[in-house]
Amino acid sequence: MVAFLIRRVFGMIIVLILVSFITYLIFFKLPGGGPNGVADRIAGKVATPQNIASIKQKLGLNHNVFVQWYDMMKQLLSGQLVSYYDQTNVVQQIKEGLPETFSLCIGAGIIWLGFGILVGVISAVKAGGFSDRSITALALIGISLPVAWLGLLLRYFFAGEGHFTWFPDGGYVPLTTSPWQWFYHLLLPWFTLAILFIGFYGRVLRSNILDTINEDFVRTAKAKGLSSRRILVKHTLRASLIPIVTLFGLDFAAVLGGGAIITEVVYQIHGVGYYAAQSIHSQDLPPLMGVTLYGAAFIVVFSTIVDVAYAYLDPRIRLT
Amino acid sequence: MAETLLEVNDLRVRFATEDGTVRAVDGLSFKLDRGKVLGIVGESGSGKSVTAMTLMGLTRGVNAAFEGEVLYKGTDLLKVSDSGMQNYRGNELGMIFQDPMTSLNPVYRIGEQIVEAIQAHEKVGTRTARARTIELLRQVGIPNPDTRVDSFPHEFSGGMRQRAMIAMALSCNPSILIADEPTTALDVTIQAQIVDLINRLKDDFDSAVIFITHDLGVIAEIADEIIVMYAGRVVEQGTKRDIFYDPQMPYTWGLLGSIPRLDRPRVERLHTIEGTPPSLINLPEGCKFRPRCPHAFEKCTQEPALENRVATPGHLDRCWLDVEYKRAHRDDTISGGSVEAA
Repeated sequence: MVAFLIRRVFGMIIVLILVSFITYLIFFKLPGGGPNGVADRIAGKVATPQNIASIKQKLGLNHNVFVQWYDMMKQLLSGQLVSYYDQTNVVQQIKEGLPETFSLCIGAGIIWLGFGILVGVISAVKAGGFSDRSITALALIGISLPVAWLGLLLRYFFAGEGHFTWFPDGGYVPLTTSPWQWFYHLLLPWFTLAILFIGFYGRVLRSNILDTINEDFVRTAKAKGLSSRRILVKHTLRASLIPIVTLFGLDFAAVLGGGAIITEVVYQIHGVGYYAAQSIHSQDLPPLMGVTLYGAAFIVVFSTIVDVAYAYLDPRIRLT
Repeated sequence: MAETLLEVNDLRVRFATEDGTVRAVDGLSFKLDRGKVLGIVGESGSGKSVTAMTLMGLTRGVNAAFEGEVLYKGTDLLKVSDSGMQNYRGNELGMIFQDPMTSLNPVYRIGEQIVEAIQAHEKVGTRTARARTIELLRQVGIPNPDTRVDSFPHEFSGGMRQRAMIAMALSCNPSILIADEPTTALDVTIQAQIVDLINRLKDDFDSAVIFITHDLGVIAEIADEIIVMYAGRVVEQGTKRDIFYDPQMPYTWGLLGSIPRLDRPRVERLHTIEGTPPSLINLPEGCKFRPRCPHAFEKCTQEPALENRVATPGHLDRCWLDVEYKRAHRDDTISGGSVEAA
């Protein structure tokens, strides 16, 4: 176990180095923006050659690509990296976005996992029946709805100019200021973010349960004289949830890592995703590097957590 | 006279499938007394396992239809609701399955799974149930049961898992133990041990056993009565003595001829029954074994009833052939035609 974790930590570091380098190449070295790339873009359309040369000098763009990357990483990791656009500190900005992003994602995660399991179990138990068909239809609609469209509609009807202005129109109140207001402001964003996942997890769980029901050990459980509820919860569901753990680990990491961009923008939640959206809009490269690495770190950490959870859930798996 | 535990009368099981109705069991009747072992033999697809699972109420479903009676101590189990069956499963009828590798839940410890079976039927504390589990594991021959009780199924060998399954099936002292091909997935030395174990435990627990297999060699060691099934029907039924020494059905001869025996002259090749069992959706006219039977004649296009045709009462068969003709010809199949030159 310890050896496994040590090896995984080394693996994570290598992955993060590769991710940062590839991201750097994509943003700074791939064609786009003219012969001088980034410098052209920053200098604007009416830049003089002197302008461009001084920008290249200032940003160190004349160095070899490895040196450029190394310099940027050094700045990022020491917390010195600043935005090209308004000179704000990247690490500081990400830190400020964390409470809002975490509030959004943890709440939404609980909702989508809970409702996803509920939907999956109900439709598997009633497989083929009316409730299964209606839930399946709803789940497919949920999966197909674009988050931006759904978010705007929900906001319009339930918060904005619609007829049911039950909810505040976007924004965020810190949990420490007022737990009720925090909850009240986040309820719509939570569901907006969760709906896609609820539909998807419900479908996956349904088919897992229907596969597991035919396993020999479920028949054994029945032959022991256990009640159907106990067989479902203790034997069928336990085995069917294992793949859901993987899905949840990685999806949850992705939204925590700034992946809930659209939801954050639609509801004016100034989290990491919102920061990423702003930086993309202003073609501000240092924040994008920061956010990308921050997201990648969540993915690699959570994939290790998923592996450890797997070994706990299925004793046949050994961490080596 | 021993108490009759189970009486099955004209049991029929049909499943509706997309391709048509499958007549999995078609008219099965038998009685099982306490302390006795009933063997059910037949090829794959002859309806043995469906019979066993139906007795436990495990074949129920929207596509299944049942007829006849399964009287357990006078109660017709076919009429008991699915939740009502919970009191019979495990408690009155214990079951061992064919594949011990997949029949235990891989994510729970052996002990937990047996404790769960005990606590499903008796209000006992976990500590008491665990002590009983360890004792059961000792009885089925698991070494160091007090530590192995905490092992996971994947830490057990196939034979040990089957022993654990037997311990689980016996944990609530059922009156009837149903063993559905318990030795098929095991190698031969382990097979013999498991058969001995079941035989011994039957006496220790004072229960009756229904032993299902395709291997007459295994049945010879344990059964008192034998039912030979073919295409969902009983084709021959009698005591072990009847089936082994006076078999009346050419299908039984084929099964007997296909086991290697030390007490007969060695043959070049063991007998094989030509062809494959019929589809249970489109059964042949008349005797179901007719297309594969080397002795078939005109009369076989009508199905013979299952009745007593020999002097021994209770020995039933479904064959039109003359008894004396059969006695003269069956050894060709059972012992094989070409005896190896000495």
